[in-house]
Amino acid sequence: MSGRIAYIAANTFREAVRDRVLYNLIAFAVLMSAAAVLVGQISIDIERLVVVNLGLSAVSLFGVVIAIFVGIGLVSKEIDKRTLYTVLSRPVRRWEFIAGKFLGLAGTLAVNTALMAVGVFGALLYVSHHFQSSDGWVLVALYFIGLQFLIITALSLLFSTFSSPLLSSVFAFSLFVIGSFAEDLRGFAGIVRGPTHWLATAAAYLVPNFSALNLISSVAHEQPISGQLVLYNTAYALVYTGMVLCGAVLIFERRNLK
Amino acid sequence: MPAIEILGLEKTYEVGFWRKRPKRALHPLNLSVEEGEIFGFLGPNGAGKTTTLKLLMGLARPTAGAARILGMENDDPRVKAQIGFLPEQPYFYDYLTARELLRYYAHLSGVPSGEIANKVSAMLERVGLPTSAADVQLRKFSKGMMQRVGIAQAILHDPKVVFLDEPMSGLDPVGRREVRDLIERLKQEGKTVFFSTHILSDAEALCDRVAILHLGELRSVGAVAELTAGVRGKVELIWAGTTIPASLKALGAECHATSDSVRAILPEEKQEAAIEALKRERLRLISLVPLRSTLEDYFVQQVEQAKPAQAMAVRS
Repeated sequence: MSGRIAYIAANTFREAVRDRVLYNLIAFAVLMSAAAVLVGQISIDIERLVVVNLGLSAVSLFGVVIAIFVGIGLVSKEIDKRTLYTVLSRPVRRWEFIAGKFLGLAGTLAVNTALMAVGVFGALLYVSHHFQSSDGWVLVALYFIGLQFLIITALSLLFSTFSSPLLSSVFAFSLFVIGSFAEDLRGFAGIVRGPTHWLATAAAYLVPNFSALNLISSVAHEQPISGQLVLYNTAYALVYTGMVLCGAVLIFERRNLK
Repeated sequence: MPAIEILGLEKTYEVGFWRKRPKRALHPLNLSVEEGEIFGFLGPNGAGKTTTLKLLMGLARPTAGAARILGMENDDPRVKAQIGFLPEQPYFYDYLTARELLRYYAHLSGVPSGEIANKVSAMLERVGLPTSAADVQLRKFSKGMMQRVGIAQAILHDPKVVFLDEPMSGLDPVGRREVRDLIERLKQEGKTVFFSTHILSDAEALCDRVAILHLGELRSVGAVAELTAGVRGKVELIWAGTTIPASLKALGAECHATSDSVRAILPEEKQEAAIEALKRERLRLISLVPLRSTLEDYFVQQVEQAKPAQAMAVRS
């Protein structure tokens, strides 16, 4: 990685920290503490299931909101405020700027997710008093949530290169919702015929398949995850993210700064 | 080899939402700036100065033409390491302190890590930012302080060519003088300075050569003395008393009366007729002084000349 990308990424991370993005951890900590205490009192034998479901869903929700709301401003805010002028007039290529911004937000989300993971395992320990081998699958589910964040960050960044923050957030949230039902969309494509079949199939494969990356329910029920799925999902997320970032670079390369 | 070479650079934007129509911001521009020159890029608001600078910095893509800086394509990263740029009304990452911002830019410009701390401290001092302000977040800075930070980031990495877009904007008289001194020092260090301004006194005091741009078209280029030599001269007449002869007014004189004398300014070629008019009225001439043509006179003349063409363009 070029040094310039690393400096841009570090600056993006610093901006997120100084803009108090990580303050969401306080809300998360309060949620997990309350859940752990309450679940212990009202649930019988399903404490672990409730804590895993609630904890991972909260990690996913908080991360998606950060990825979209910070991501949609990564480029457009720099153009609006003209902070980009003094960056791109230096020996920084436009693709390096996009890469640095992406890695900066991805790094912020990684730190955020890691700290939240500590909270989830803390709550698990509180309700179960010990860890068990199936808790390892929770880590895999967290890894898949991280892969979702990569895709959403890349999509938000893509929209940020050509659209206003408001429209970008609408596009990104819409894709997140549709992508969460991608498997259903593929099922629908399989039962219809004619042009609808082709349209539904195209849409199902074009939108990010977030449902394949959501294993919260499986790990809550202590179902194992195959190594093949881990490899397949990793490759899918990296390729999808890479393609979206290439699109962002292509658009940004042609963009005139106002 | 020229430091900056602009070859038919042109920019047309598309305006309108549904029915897009072209709007030419810059007509084909040809310009050459020699190494070590202070070059003033002048024009009223909307003349195309900032558009030209954006094209030179690679921030906007030209519709046609090209630009070379230090003999290389203007968006070549090797060139960008050797140029500094201050945008108009600069805005920086306001969550950073001045020191952090300069460090960040130094890294992006490829300044060796070991030299950055010293360079940043020296630069903060050079642009007159007090030590107490260096570690304050930029969101607490005044406009003038922000402009100083802007100048610091433009010259921090010791560039060979410096582009400044309205560098005196937002500065008080003392600040403006300091920036003028700084630009002169840059020239003494052998750097080429290309700066845009609409404050003509600054350009007149600093520039080896100037270019005047109006409505996206280059009107003229040359040394200030060369350009102003062609401007029709004016003379100043002062006579005793408070009487202003009507015939003098008819000559187009601008007259200002005080308690015991009248001062009139009129074109040089009407000087004889004015003296005759004073003689007829038996008024005592105190002084007759030719006035030096200023860059402002030349600039106004150029802009006035463009008005009929502008009106024609609007009508068509």
